[in-house]
Amino acid sequence: MADISLKGVVKRYGRTEVVHGIDLDIAHNEFVVLVGPSGCGKSTTLRMIAGLEDISDGAISIGPRVVNDLPPRKRNISMVFQNYALYPHMTVRENLGFGLKIAKQSPAEIARRVDEAAEILGLGALMERTPAELSGGQRQRVAMGRAIVRHPEAFLFDEPLSNLDAKLRVQMRTEIKKLHRTVKTTVVYVTHDQVEAMTLADRIVVMKDGHIEQVGTPMEVFDHPVNTFVASFIGSPPMNLLPARISDGQVVFAGGTGLPVPTRLADRVRDGQEVTFGLRPDDLTPQGHGIARGGERAQLTLEVGLSELLGTETILYTRIGDQEVQGKMFGPRDVAAGERLTFDVALDRAHLFDTVTGRSVRRL
Amino acid sequence: MGRTLRKRLAAVGLWLLTFVLMVIMCVPGLWVVLTAFRPNAEVLAKPPVWIPENPSLNNFAKIFGFGADQVAIPVPAYFANSLIIALTSTVIALLIGMSGGYAFARYRFRFKNGLFLGLMLSRTVPGIALSLPIFIIWSRLGLIDAKLGLIIVYVALNVPFTIWLIDGFFRQIPKEMSEAAQVDGCTRWQAFWKIEFPLAKSGIASAGIFAFLTSWNEYALASNLTRSTDSKTLPVGLMDFTAQFTIDWAGMSAMAVIIIVPALILTFLVQKHLIAGLTFSGVKG
Ligand SMILES: Nc1ncnc2c1ncn2[C@@H]1O[C@H](COP(=O)(O)OP(=O)(O)O)[C@@H](O)[C@H]1O
Ligand SMILES: [Mg+2]
Repeated sequence: MADISLKGVVKRYGRTEVVHGIDLDIAHNEFVVLVGPSGCGKSTTLRMIAGLEDISDGAISIGPRVVNDLPPRKRNISMVFQNYALYPHMTVRENLGFGLKIAKQSPAEIARRVDEAAEILGLGALMERTPAELSGGQRQRVAMGRAIVRHPEAFLFDEPLSNLDAKLRVQMRTEIKKLHRTVKTTVVYVTHDQVEAMTLADRIVVMKDGHIEQVGTPMEVFDHPVNTFVASFIGSPPMNLLPARISDGQVVFAGGTGLPVPTRLADRVRDGQEVTFGLRPDDLTPQGHGIARGGERAQLTLEVGLSELLGTETILYTRIGDQEVQGKMFGPRDVAAGERLTFDVALDRAHLFDTVTGRSVRRL
Repeated sequence: MGRTLRKRLAAVGLWLLTFVLMVIMCVPGLWVVLTAFRPNAEVLAKPPVWIPENPSLNNFAKIFGFGADQVAIPVPAYFANSLIIALTSTVIALLIGMSGGYAFARYRFRFKNGLFLGLMLSRTVPGIALSLPIFIIWSRLGLIDAKLGLIIVYVALNVPFTIWLIDGFFRQIPKEMSEAAQVDGCTRWQAFWKIEFPLAKSGIASAGIFAFLTSWNEYALASNLTRSTDSKTLPVGLMDFTAQFTIDWAGMSAMAVIIIVPALILTFLVQKHLIAGLTFSGVKG
């Protein structure tokens, strides 16, 4: 239970730099999720916190200690690996107790804490089995049990759910969240799945190519993405991003259609500026099928191509100008291909990004 | 009906084939074992006598110096030499094989691939081709007719193979196992002995058996580098049964049995590991 801080942390493999000076402060008991496409340096960053990779530059501290030169065993953290890395030649009980045994705890204390962890994770009936005799979800649970028995300062998770099938993944996601409530510890969690990030995190750290793009609560990164990358990475289906130009207080799309510049952003753009207009499918809804919510609106009449029925909503594929976009229909009815519908555009929730820098034009 | 019959015939045919192959493989060995229990005269009988008419332990008694006509062959000394040389060289080859195999499996370093290829290529040189250079160098170093001389040769002979085999085993153990152990509080050294070594044990045992059998059975180099009871090994000792004009086939066979039996026992003792090691299952948990 400690805060973790990264200051200008760099990782180089030989001459290639893969993490380019990361600054991040993680608060005591906070659940932080590092999310980003594969290869962006999430695991490397996590492994530097764990001490499994050297730090090429910068400093990492856990609690009051700078841990740069401490081996993993002296950092008092625990880690859950993607492949669980359970010890195959030990029973579940021995797996759980291994760290305590290494720390030379008394057998009675080991038994007590192993049973406590087993209780929290519901491992009771599995204690004498070996990992080979467990299902994927059970292995996952043992791996988490092994992490909690030592009462570490922080848990590190590296894509712990990616080896599970979809249903189990959702279930274990909830269990991890519950576990965090129960054992109250700082958590750093790595995933490439933005849904996992949104559902689990107190704070999300969006990474790309060894840089941090944005840090914020799930709501912040969803509602106020700082650039087109975060905008398109967070949220599903992804935000529509349309190239456009500012002209006479209008956002004019390639192909001619235009929309008024959202009032709150009017003084942030200049005439002739090349921009990218960002609009989530939830904010492009046929009239009468939107989320009841006040705010600045504009209307567009668009021809619907495909539609995908999801139950409580339907995804509508249409075009603005010559750009493919997706809209959503809440409380859906059948929509025929080729049908023309009037859409509400929630301008107060639209985004404008400078095309050259990719950054949001709003005041940051 | 016709199909079941054909299937049966095929099965019988396969069994026959297996039987014939096994016979071809086993007859020489069987002949040696049978001959160990018969008098020399019977060995050369025409037509051959298969089952010894008066089986006896005379040949063994002679070898070990009991009974009326003794052979002056110091088998216990040879046996001791063989054991010391084979065991020592195996242990050393395993230690080097484990360190090397681990390094190749886990670390990146310069010239790694070249080094590995070099090790493998060294196996393409027939050992006997090196006997003359080794003989010359060893005689300068005073290693002729010394156990140490043979031990060094056998270590060199076995190391590429043990490294290669053990590297394969460590490679199959996910590196996260050792990392998990380190996070759990182990030093790298502890992580190796508590996690990776137990998981690679079968593989290391297999490598050990191969190394031991290679040293135990080696003849060509040993016959060049040994002279006396100081260092002569059992296979070289076999030649003591050849005199200028006669060969004591029966005695030689008895000694061959003495060579084979320990190797068989050892193989049986570790065969569980050998099979587990060569098929390698159950590590990825
Ligand atoms: N041992 C290594 N040697 C060289 N490059 C590496 C090594 N490990 C990772 N990388 C590179 O570092 C980058 C980041 O990797 P990683 O942190 O594993 O990404 P992520 O976990 O976000 O998918 C990748 O481009 C990867 O190729
Ligand atoms: Mg990764």
